[in-house]
Amino acid sequence: MANRTAIGPAAGNQSLRRGRRHPTERVIGVLLVVAALVSIATTVGIILALVEPAIEFFRDVSIVDFLTGTSWTPTFAQKSYGVLPLVVGTLLVTSIALVIAIPLGIGSAIYLAEYASDRARTLLKPVLELLAGVPTVVYGFVALFALNPILQKYWPGGSGPSFQNLLVAGIAMGVMIVPTIASISEDAMSAVPHSLREGAYALASTKMQVATRVVVPAAISGIVAAVVLGISRAIGETMIVTIAGGLISSEVDFNPLHAIETMTAYIAAVSSGDIPVGSIEYKSVFAVGLLLFVVTFVLNAFSIRLVRKFREVYE
Amino acid sequence: MSAPALTAERPRAEELSLTRKRVRVGDLVFKLALQTCFLIGFAVLAALLLWVVVKGWDRLDSRLWTEMPTGRVSRIDQAGVQSAITGTLWVIGLTALFCIPTGVFAAIYLEEYANRERWYNRLLELNIQNLAGVPSIVFGILGLGLIARQFGLGFTVITASIVLSLLVLPVVIIATREAIRAVPQSIRHASYALGATKWQTVSRQVLPPAVPGIATGSILALSRAIGEAAPLIVLGAVSFITFNPDGLRSRYTVLPIQIFGYIGKSQSEYVELAAAAIVLLLAIVLLMNSVAIFLRNKFQKRW
Repeated sequence: MANRTAIGPAAGNQSLRRGRRHPTERVIGVLLVVAALVSIATTVGIILALVEPAIEFFRDVSIVDFLTGTSWTPTFAQKSYGVLPLVVGTLLVTSIALVIAIPLGIGSAIYLAEYASDRARTLLKPVLELLAGVPTVVYGFVALFALNPILQKYWPGGSGPSFQNLLVAGIAMGVMIVPTIASISEDAMSAVPHSLREGAYALASTKMQVATRVVVPAAISGIVAAVVLGISRAIGETMIVTIAGGLISSEVDFNPLHAIETMTAYIAAVSSGDIPVGSIEYKSVFAVGLLLFVVTFVLNAFSIRLVRKFREVYE
Repeated sequence: MSAPALTAERPRAEELSLTRKRVRVGDLVFKLALQTCFLIGFAVLAALLLWVVVKGWDRLDSRLWTEMPTGRVSRIDQAGVQSAITGTLWVIGLTALFCIPTGVFAAIYLEEYANRERWYNRLLELNIQNLAGVPSIVFGILGLGLIARQFGLGFTVITASIVLSLLVLPVVIIATREAIRAVPQSIRHASYALGATKWQTVSRQVLPPAVPGIATGSILALSRAIGEAAPLIVLGAVSFITFNPDGLRSRYTVLPIQIFGYIGKSQSEYVELAAAAIVLLLAIVLLMNSVAIFLRNKFQKRW
């Protein structure tokens, strides 16, 4: 058992205690490793669960047709498995969410980190964390029954948004990820050392110049990491798009006023229905899931690297 | 009139320039813009939550927990979400049982036992961070393909709790690690100096002061699990179940799934019932989160 800590002289203690190791110690050591291995087993399990049926799927549908096809009609008589309509749906809803969440999230973070008084900050930061915990089914509900009627009522011009549409789903998703982006960006900005701010003030900078030219650039990797995490949450979000985004997609459609299916909504819709196990439709869930997993995996890895970078500099 | 007054004031203004803040229009606009960002984010969210309460107000009574869900409009007045409440209790109780010990043990391993220079320990750490960002519906697919079908556990309470445990495990691990890391090395050294073994040191010196941090992380993890619907949809959770779960292999429904079921019905009575159930769900989740944040802020020990 690797019974050493890298920090401190605990490693030295080990030689003193060797020889009289209790059996309890050994049992505990094994238990701890087993607990730690659960997370590795989860990743392996996810990959296994996704890859095996996905490979079977790609025996029937060529991977090139899957990735480049513009027609997604698994429930039609004339079946076609081109994933692009779903990908476009996901990209549309994610972009709308980001247009809302990036300015609101980063603006709130700068306000909290640089302008709010200490009292306001200690009061507002927990509220932010509290709001980050609102379940997504709630956002789906308010998007469909509260926001969309408003959109439809005040929509200028002819055909407004339909009963379900990606615009309202994107708006709700944007509001959902504001607390996430704000909270992580604020952490990054608070980690910027005070000496940098003081230096800038000594050179006669105004508060705004300090915020925009010193704090934001110094915290940029943390801010980008927050945004990337927001993107990854938006891409993986299921309930909002299932409830408010719509479940019709057969051809590529770039109009967010229409009901358009996303990757996650497709997985939820098909796997909740009664589909025969082993059918090509069943396997398509895993193929789309694999694509979703790969995309979010790359985004997360990128975000983790960025967070490390800002930690290395200032901690 | 004003011209001589201005010239008379000039030297005074120059004297003051060192002490008086020069307010620039740009700065003011910037600050206002930031405040607006903050207010919009919060006001929209607050307004929406308030709207849900108003919408569900008429259905917020004891029927919610004394009555079973129904899909029949004629019986809508006698409908509630009882099976979803008991289902949530079953699933979340088991999730707590699985994920808190596993998460705490994994965190102890990483913080106290693992040699960080070894590649496999670094991989472990990276893996946990990555799992924290995997979409919840992908965990549902893991449950569907592996746990429900390959292991033959089916669409039951036990499958749901295993999947939710795996989903929130990174939250528990990350929070516990931070809590353990905050305990200073000197405490450990003192314990070793008195002849304590590694596990005695960890269990009697390191863990007790870390309990508030662990509790915070665990509550946040469970409150996330309570609100999760996506992985359970993939795991065949259906709404309108008219019995309470009676064991690990029982079929079940949970609050977010039942809410989703009511949303799927178009009549306005169902929308009101969904709103009332959402108020209940929000009350549980927000209460748990407040307790967690309060615990952390109150008992956070400064060494």
